[in-house]
Amino acid sequence: MTAVAGPVLETPAIHTTELAKRYGSTVALTGLSLTVPGGEVFGFLGPNGAGKTTAVKLLLGLAAPSGGEAWLLGAPAGDAATRRRVGYLPELFRYQGWLTAREVLALHCELARLPRAGWGNEIAGALRTVGLERRADDRVEAFSKGMQQRLGLGVALLGRPDLVILDEPTSALDPVGRHEVRAIIRELRERGTAVFLNSHLLTEVEHVCDRVAVVDHGRVVASGRLQELLGTTGVRLRQAGLDQAALQSLGRFGRTSVEDGWLTVEGPKDEEVADLVAEIVRLGGRVYAVEPRQTTLEDRFLQLVDHAPARAEETR
Amino acid sequence: MTTILRLTLREAVRRRLIWALFVMTVLVVVITGWGFERFVTISHQRHLLDAEIRLGVAQLLLLVAFMFSFVLAMTAVFFGAPALAADVESGLMLGLLSRPLRRVDLVLGRWLGLAVLVIAYAALSGALEIAVTAALTGWVPPDPLGAVAYLAVEGVVLMTLALLLSTRMSVVTGGAVAVVLFGLVWLIGILARFGALLHIDALTQAGIVSQLVLPSDALWRGVASSLQAPAAVIAASVAGGQGANGFNEVFTGSAPTVAELAWVVAWIAILLAGAVVLFRRRDL
Repeated sequence: MTAVAGPVLETPAIHTTELAKRYGSTVALTGLSLTVPGGEVFGFLGPNGAGKTTAVKLLLGLAAPSGGEAWLLGAPAGDAATRRRVGYLPELFRYQGWLTAREVLALHCELARLPRAGWGNEIAGALRTVGLERRADDRVEAFSKGMQQRLGLGVALLGRPDLVILDEPTSALDPVGRHEVRAIIRELRERGTAVFLNSHLLTEVEHVCDRVAVVDHGRVVASGRLQELLGTTGVRLRQAGLDQAALQSLGRFGRTSVEDGWLTVEGPKDEEVADLVAEIVRLGGRVYAVEPRQTTLEDRFLQLVDHAPARAEETR
Repeated sequence: MTTILRLTLREAVRRRLIWALFVMTVLVVVITGWGFERFVTISHQRHLLDAEIRLGVAQLLLLVAFMFSFVLAMTAVFFGAPALAADVESGLMLGLLSRPLRRVDLVLGRWLGLAVLVIAYAALSGALEIAVTAALTGWVPPDPLGAVAYLAVEGVVLMTLALLLSTRMSVVTGGAVAVVLFGLVWLIGILARFGALLHIDALTQAGIVSQLVLPSDALWRGVASSLQAPAAVIAASVAGGQGANGFNEVFTGSAPTVAELAWVVAWIAILLAGAVVLFRRRDL
């Protein structure tokens, strides 16, 4: 299948329009519309039950949609040929316990229809990347949960896929493992692989994602580049010596507020911060500390899912 | 399809399923062989006629076959019930089907692998039991190959039913439904033969319906008719000849007809097609 998804010039890694899924009377996904550009790391966030894993299953053809459309790498979701170019680490990762790690990887090389001559390199590369070289010939049933998740990540990386879908890829990993996974995701981006990262760990998403979408009640409530989604930045200054008139005169740098001796100014660009400090000093104030103030993804996430608007808020 | 077929066989070997079945088979054959040997020795000591001893061995072999057919049916259900459901429940299926693997290939590959195992188990166990019995007692059933073939197909029928159920049911539920259905059909089969003897049409009709639902009883009748002593042996027997005749009529019935065998083949094909359709439509 070589069909091309229409709305953007460059074929996106994922494109969905009003993708919906209903299980009996339960609505798992109301109408998911999003586009994941090729070669980017895309964070897919949402509270429990928001429909994230359902969306992933629909994208991979593991479940049939009740409505809407989904395209992966320019082909309809579920297209068998396209799945050769997609790597997937399920949230509920499980591999044949009676096989060794090397045998599991070989099985997936075969299932992915990779040329047999290249299996050796593929398997060795995957084992090296996820740090399982020394356990390659051990049976998977003897692996810890974290090691099985590493193996799952290795399976997802086989065949240098154009799109890798990772559903909670670090849920069983220790901090070192999480750090390594972040490094792997960055490497994937560097070689032009799109990564669709479904994760509850907002700091993880904040570290590696170019773009994010937040879903709630089966619908995208916000999406866009991370910086755009987080909104305006600002600066906090611990200062003293400014009267009300002086504080008001700082309004030209942005909206100001004072709390517990800390002056917050929202909006100044980085190069204006030095001018702001100089102005405070000129007005007779003293500055003891200056720190950037930025909305964290967690703050923004909580705002979005607590007060989810009825319609998608597009910040692009 | 061949990938899943090989995976299924490899799993059976790696998880020592084949070795476990082999050891259990040897155990059963040794114990029943000892029983047959004792039966023949004691019968000779009591100066029974050869025809009576042969009839006794034939009846005992039929009883062993009957029990083995139950064991095989249970084994086939144990093979078939988790065939798809276990991998769905564990999440293993997500990894498999995210690959360019068609669901039809997965179902057929799994069925083929399990069919190979069931047939191999039935054929080896059945052949070994008959061979050991023949070596120890001198009794060779009229159609030993037929008996083994009927046994093997009976196992395949039960495994196919369990596999169909595993497309939508959990391992435990699918297995329980298959076992109960098997028992029910067997019971209705016996009642139907009573019905035929007593000319009760309703029971005969129930037997036909039950065979359409699950044709395992026809295959059991095939096993029994291949193993039971010919009329000449029964007639030559002074003790128990008449009893054996009456017992066989109800307990084992007559050999399946060509139409019944054709239905078995069609039934397997229909259930397999149904399993493919149901599994293709299943959301994971």
